[in-house]
Amino acid sequence: MSSHTYDYLDGNAAAGELSKIFAQDLTTAEGQCAHCGARKRFAEAHVYMQSPGVVARCAVCQNVLLRVVSVRQRVFLDLRGMTYLNLDTAHVQPSVFAQPDS
Amino acid sequence: MDIVSRGFTGRRSSADAKLPPGQYLTTDFPVLSAGPTPHVALDRWEFVIDDGTSVLRKWDWKSFRDLPTETITADLHCVTRWSKLGTSWEGVSLDTILADIKTDASYALARSYGDYTTNLPLNDLRNKQAWIAFRFDGKDLAPEHGGPARLLVPHLYLWKSAKWVRGITLMHQDKPGFWEGLGYHIYGDPWKEQRYSGDE
Amino acid sequence: MWRVGTVVALHDETATARTTTLEVPDWPDHVAGQHVDLRLTATDGYSAVRSYSIASAPNPQRRIELTIERLPNGEVSPYLTQELAVGDRLELRGPIGGWFVWRTQQTEPIQLIAGGSGIVPLMAMIRSRASAGSIAPFRLLYSLREPAAIFYRDELQALSDHDHSVGVSYAYTRTAPKDWPRPPGRIDAALIANATWPSKLVPTCYVCGPTSFVEGATDLLMASGNGRDRIRTERFGPTGDRK
Repeated sequence: MSSHTYDYLDGNAAAGELSKIFAQDLTTAEGQCAHCGARKRFAEAHVYMQSPGVVARCAVCQNVLLRVVSVRQRVFLDLRGMTYLNLDTAHVQPSVFAQPDS
Repeated sequence: MDIVSRGFTGRRSSADAKLPPGQYLTTDFPVLSAGPTPHVALDRWEFVIDDGTSVLRKWDWKSFRDLPTETITADLHCVTRWSKLGTSWEGVSLDTILADIKTDASYALARSYGDYTTNLPLNDLRNKQAWIAFRFDGKDLAPEHGGPARLLVPHLYLWKSAKWVRGITLMHQDKPGFWEGLGYHIYGDPWKEQRYSGDE
Repeated sequence: MWRVGTVVALHDETATARTTTLEVPDWPDHVAGQHVDLRLTATDGYSAVRSYSIASAPNPQRRIELTIERLPNGEVSPYLTQELAVGDRLELRGPIGGWFVWRTQQTEPIQLIAGGSGIVPLMAMIRSRASAGSIAPFRLLYSLREPAAIFYRDELQALSDHDHSVGVSYAYTRTAPKDWPRPPGRIDAALIANATWPSKLVPTCYVCGPTSFVEGATDLLMASGNGRDRIRTERFGPTGDRK
């Protein structure tokens, strides 16, 4: 059931929202789709941002990789769609440079 | 640190119309989606009512379109804060769909092509409160707005009006759908501003 | 995590796009390709957040440039391109993104492909290369509607004229200049073959623009022999965050 309407962005677009949760930038992380097993950089995930929350889908099979909802002072996170996320911590990429007082 | 951006108002217009709390009036029709637009050929489209185990009733596009229809004028309230008033639709009432279904289930899970689901009490689908809508503004419902057919339940936030609806599962216990399971309110009454779980 | 920047300069790139220079006192160094999120807040607390790529190379002045295109039905871009004035303050989050970046240590051939406003982060890469004195071979294929839509026109012209290690090619999709050798149209296999690095050189490719453009260009690059892992993409489009 593939779509010809290009109404998605990619993992880069979700990086700012994800920086509320993850100290490390996720766009460089390699993730494995729990549904089809495809391994890709999170930057290449198909991300739907025009909805009540952020939904990242596998570029290969369209299954949900992760979902994030920010409501008031809470963040809800669903990571069930990924078997793993693999980040390089030797070359640390902060997600956003945090200010000391924020 | 809250900076106010000088002169910024956003897309909102001052509304004389009565809107639910926290909503803004829009004149366009935003497309919000959690996934790719499904494209379902009418010769493969089905609408199925099941109880989680067995199929209770099933329609294909032809038998669905043979059902009596109604025109509906509805105000739409999206949880992302836009409201669109006086929209016109054509659809089949859920009272018609559920007419011959005997069930003691109290809840329903609307299921869509793709993987979207949303839950609501069965009573909120009855009594002229819900439709399976297939025409909007005088034209066939466009895929980006949920065509060929979507659920329309205007008294609740628009995320309950599942696009690309393919059926309803009747349930004895309430089970959260796609957004209800991730921070959104289980019921979603815009007039009580029930946006998020924990809202009264 | 939100910083405050002050608008210190405004410059129109085209009739609908404007470059805004922000001074951000605590700005850390960014890397070419990264973006910021801008947050606008109305007096009643309503806020909107949008992402914009950084157009400028890292510099010691703690200034960043954002080039923003005014969208006809945009909620935020009309404000940023028409209302915002020198002296105004903006909240921003960033720099964001570690994948769609070009680092000055990279020495391999670089193929940049821009669709419309997708030129912005790629221009940051070109500028970053210049200010670092890098001699990495760069080629840019810039696809856009018409000549009037070119961002950074003079700068790109000077590059074409004076720096032969950066090759610039244009593809016009609606209206081409008089006597242009190629009729208006989307980029295709022939253009990829003529205007981009041969895939046997194993370039790193950066493709940026609307999603449909990025998907098309990526398919063409792969069809001409570039491995998927040699192509980095960034898709632009509406986010419509209203909270």
